[in-house]
Amino acid sequence: MLAASSLVLVTAALALVFFVAPNDANQGFSQRIFYFHVSIAFTAYACFAGGAWNALRHLWKRNPRSDLRSYVCIHQGLIFGTLVLLTGSIWAKISWGHWWLWSEDELVLFLVLYLFYCAYFMLRYSVEPGPQRANLSAVYALFGVVLIPVSFAAIRLAKTFTHPEVFTLHGPNFGGWILVTYCVAQVAMLVLAYTLYRVELAGKRLDLRLRELRELKEVLA
Amino acid sequence: MNYVRDVGALARKDLLLELRARDTLPAMVLFVAAVFVVFHFALPGSPSRLAASGLLWVAILFTALLGLGRAFVPEREQRVLDGLVLAPCDRSAIWLAKSLATLAFLVAAEVVALPLYALFFHRVGGATVLAVVLADLGICAVGTFLGAMAVATRARDLLLPLLFLPLAVPIVVGAVGASVVHSPGRYLGFLGLYDLLFAVICWASFEYVVAE
Amino acid sequence: MLVRVLTARRLGKRYGDRRVLRGVDLELPRGGFLVVTGPNGSGKTTLLRICAGLAVPSEGTIEREPRRAEIGYLGHEPLVYRELTALENLDLYGRLYRVAERRERIGMLLERFGLWDVRHERVASYSRGMTQRLALCRVLLHEPALLVLDEPYTALDDAGAELLDGQLGELRHERTFLVSTHEPARLEPLGSARLALA
Repeated sequence: MLAASSLVLVTAALALVFFVAPNDANQGFSQRIFYFHVSIAFTAYACFAGGAWNALRHLWKRNPRSDLRSYVCIHQGLIFGTLVLLTGSIWAKISWGHWWLWSEDELVLFLVLYLFYCAYFMLRYSVEPGPQRANLSAVYALFGVVLIPVSFAAIRLAKTFTHPEVFTLHGPNFGGWILVTYCVAQVAMLVLAYTLYRVELAGKRLDLRLRELRELKEVLA
Repeated sequence: MNYVRDVGALARKDLLLELRARDTLPAMVLFVAAVFVVFHFALPGSPSRLAASGLLWVAILFTALLGLGRAFVPEREQRVLDGLVLAPCDRSAIWLAKSLATLAFLVAAEVVALPLYALFFHRVGGATVLAVVLADLGICAVGTFLGAMAVATRARDLLLPLLFLPLAVPIVVGAVGASVVHSPGRYLGFLGLYDLLFAVICWASFEYVVAE
Repeated sequence: MLVRVLTARRLGKRYGDRRVLRGVDLELPRGGFLVVTGPNGSGKTTLLRICAGLAVPSEGTIEREPRRAEIGYLGHEPLVYRELTALENLDLYGRLYRVAERRERIGMLLERFGLWDVRHERVASYSRGMTQRLALCRVLLHEPALLVLDEPYTALDDAGAELLDGQLGELRHERTFLVSTHEPARLEPLGSARLALA
């Protein structure tokens, strides 16, 4: 049911973006990427926040399911983060002819976060599954969520001395159909993320159950 | 009060260990000098004051990483960390003591590095020195914390730079900004804020890094 | 009134895919002397680590009556810094455990375990037996109410083993013990309570 609704929403979003939303005066067709780029970015933030929230619950409440939830959230966040960088890059190329823009705060922020959360996975793969891995991952996830605003402030501050060539990716002026299209795209992305999250979580839980059953089989044998 | 005493006892132990081993600090000093030489050859033409300021911070960051990688080595060997975790002291004291000891080494290395930098590249202003102090606090607090995490993994030395560098980006921004801009107050303030914020997080969550 | 120093129910421990302990029940009253036996790999060390508070069980519960400051743990590793001297190591632990009359107590222990003459030498220069004796000093330093000893005789030389026998005999009725060993016969005179791990 969830998968169906996300399919419907994503299709609706695509339809709106490509057929219904009016052309932007300045950037024309390229600006349509905006709808996806921004909604995906917001979704990625939501995933990282979800990862941190579950990390907190793991550390504080000792909730046994939170570690897995935190991991899957962050995994989703990284997937959507990749899409942010990709869509951002494409948008930059179409708008300005460069594949990368140091002047785009949000893109740079995502780059830093991307590196950070990739390191999260390296950390996770480098520790045996168990309470220690869960603790280390949770603490690192919390660091990540604090890093988001701090990095953003840093990037803004850095502009005074890095003096990047100023190109900006403009979103359209909001109004009418544009707002509707954006909202649909945003909801679509969030639902899609949630669907993927549930799918992956179920998959991981199944893995755990299989492992438990295998163990039980050994005991009984 | 007991907390302060615990931190003191632990920090004393860390300093003693380094003074006996006598390897980390000389290595850091030699490293930073070598890095400066590499920079000279890596930047064609004589670098502007702006570019050279950046170099100073790259050098400090990587020299610090060298030292941080060694921070928990004595505890890692033979699991001595278990002994500290069993003790009734607050676990965060272990982190704080280790950070302070690492800070001492970093500052000692910089006492050589800064004059060397002034010799090779450009004069160092007051704002830069202040930035060095503030940046050191952040580097040692976060770096020591991550060092303890890295030591618990299989990848160890490989992992520390990966964990540390994204978190170091704001430090670099604050530090370079303070060195370069005319009114460094904003950047120094930002560094101070970073230090405070992350020190609190490190202090509060170190418990979970060392105890199962 | 019977005070239960340790109570464990259906303890289980898993490291990743490897299962180390399963369904262990344990009850240790105050003043008790429980000997844990079992072949290598049966989980003795893991059980003792859980009891001392160094590890968290994957399943089951454990209740520990003494606080951290009242527990003394001797593991496979001596838990001393090789680059520091015996005196420096014990001084550190003495401070962390807030041992009263620290210097006197350290001196007394070093002397009793025959390490007084080498107290200013780095642990790296000690023999295995000497290091294990230092570890025993560390464990006894803060006069813990509960002593968790993991194969304490393993690394000891004959002289050290005798010293340990003496210490255990002396403290038998003042403290509570949880000891794992390969030679249960040696500990027979001290207590007959056994826990055998498969």
